Amino acid sequence: MTHPRPVLPGLLDTEAIRKDFPVLDREIHDGKRLVYLDNAATSQKPRQVIDALSGYYERHNANVHRGVHVLAEEATALYEGARDKVAAFVNAPSRNEVIFTKNASESLNLVANMLGWADEPYKVDERTEIVITEMEHHSNIVPWQLLAQRTGAKLKWFGLTDEGRLDLSAIDEVITERTKIVSFTLVSNILGTHNPVEAIVRRAQEVGALVCIDASQAAPHMTLDVQALQADFVAFTGHKMCGPTGIGVLWGRQELLEDLPPFLGGGEMIETVSMHSSTYAPAPHKFEAGTPPVAQAVGLGAAVDYLSAIGMDAIAAHEHAITGYALERLSAIPGLRFIGPESVEDRGAAISFALGDIHPHDVGQVLDELGIAVRVGHHCARPVCLRYGIPATTRASFYLYSTPAEVDALADGLEHVRNFFG
Amino acid sequence: MYQDVILDHYKHPHGRGLRDGDAEVHHVNPTCGDEITLRVRLDGDTVADVSYDGQGCSISQASASVLNELLVGKDIAEARRVQEAFLELMQSKGQLTPDDAMEELLEDAVAFAGVSKYPARVKCALLSWMAWKDATGQALEEKTA
Repeated sequence: MTHPRPVLPGLLDTEAIRKDFPVLDREIHDGKRLVYLDNAATSQKPRQVIDALSGYYERHNANVHRGVHVLAEEATALYEGARDKVAAFVNAPSRNEVIFTKNASESLNLVANMLGWADEPYKVDERTEIVITEMEHHSNIVPWQLLAQRTGAKLKWFGLTDEGRLDLSAIDEVITERTKIVSFTLVSNILGTHNPVEAIVRRAQEVGALVCIDASQAAPHMTLDVQALQADFVAFTGHKMCGPTGIGVLWGRQELLEDLPPFLGGGEMIETVSMHSSTYAPAPHKFEAGTPPVAQAVGLGAAVDYLSAIGMDAIAAHEHAITGYALERLSAIPGLRFIGPESVEDRGAAISFALGDIHPHDVGQVLDELGIAVRVGHHCARPVCLRYGIPATTRASFYLYSTPAEVDALADGLEHVRNFFG
Repeated sequence: MYQDVILDHYKHPHGRGLRDGDAEVHHVNPTCGDEITLRVRLDGDTVADVSYDGQGCSISQASASVLNELLVGKDIAEARRVQEAFLELMQSKGQLTPDDAMEELLEDAVAFAGVSKYPARVKCALLSWMAWKDATGQALEEKTA
């Protein structure tokens, strides 16, 4: 409205970018322009990705890795081409380290189940420990709880500071000689916190533990370099990074993928099968049983092309500016309390908050009536809500097409919510 | 959705707070974390008191307040008719326009008709009513046991 907007450095040309996203033109609730601030849940899709999906089905559809006809070869080339694109996107040393899954949850479950069936030196049992953190998405908690329950391993976790950061003060007691795996999120989906990877990886390597990183909230927003991270596994999902739903990625170090046992059995993952036993295809196919999500992989490849053309560093700079502006505008709203870091340093583009004692579902509903889409609830991270003594939060999350005007719409909308329930 | 009646009940709830009862239940709505603890006290065939405490959104809180206002003092059969009519209204997906008989039965609760258009919020509105039904059943079992 009347708020003087400062000049924000590093913004992308959102006017051009938004033209690529048909849904951003939508009007809802009698002519209100959609303000989509639920990007941590899923991103919108550019025309280039939508065209890749429909183009695949219109011209190339066939099953992959079987058949010698033209369509089968084209579909295989497109599917494997998407793997090349993803491998380059995360700077993987080898394309064979990129496993396509359904989503990040499946990727994380796959790691837990590889270890659940592994022999020494990876074997997880009652003498070993699994380490996670209190800020994990349920998809990086429950698979490890299941693994711990089934093997007798002990599940431990890093707690959180009042500022919404990992409490690593007792890192040597949390990660010990008994630790077999440390799994944590690179960027929190609820707090927005960007975690210090180096310190955790260093300690894990000291004790010989494997490191698994949930990069679901990082891969869409910044340069992701699996070699620089020095992790053993990195999981993320396609639909949060302009790709379709139904496609996720697990990157794993080659020698681990060779050593660890398969989880799902079926077509595609085998070398030879007899009625008595089978031998397995090399990774990544060893971990891709059955017909894979071919069109979705092709769509993810198109998404990676789209993001790379804009540049991940440029996207990160844009979101840094937008997030900083949003923190500034929201902090001026009386009664608003951030759940997560209040400064823009080491933080992603998701901002959770409480607005007085107005329930987040009421906040979200009234914002929706204004055309503003935010997420309300526990964001599949209920332990965080318990930690900060709140039933739920309201979360606004930004992406490469988010604008300062949308931040203004949110801030004005929250003032309206306050008056409405005040 | 947010009728003045609903906002009024939310800001000035009727009968809030826990008092003596014949049965107590605790219901939660896991999708949004709404919680209610509700007690029913019966006096013969009459709903002598419905007391409650909890946390949640304006819809769940206002709905509990309306329930208290409507059901306390009614005989159980009549209270059940109100509960069933409210359930029917909330499950109508916005398709039901309450007739005169329903309006007379539901009084302030008619204001929740708009909520039925929002599937995510129907559970909020029904939370206290389902808790009341559950608690009343338990209280009656206690009496006949």
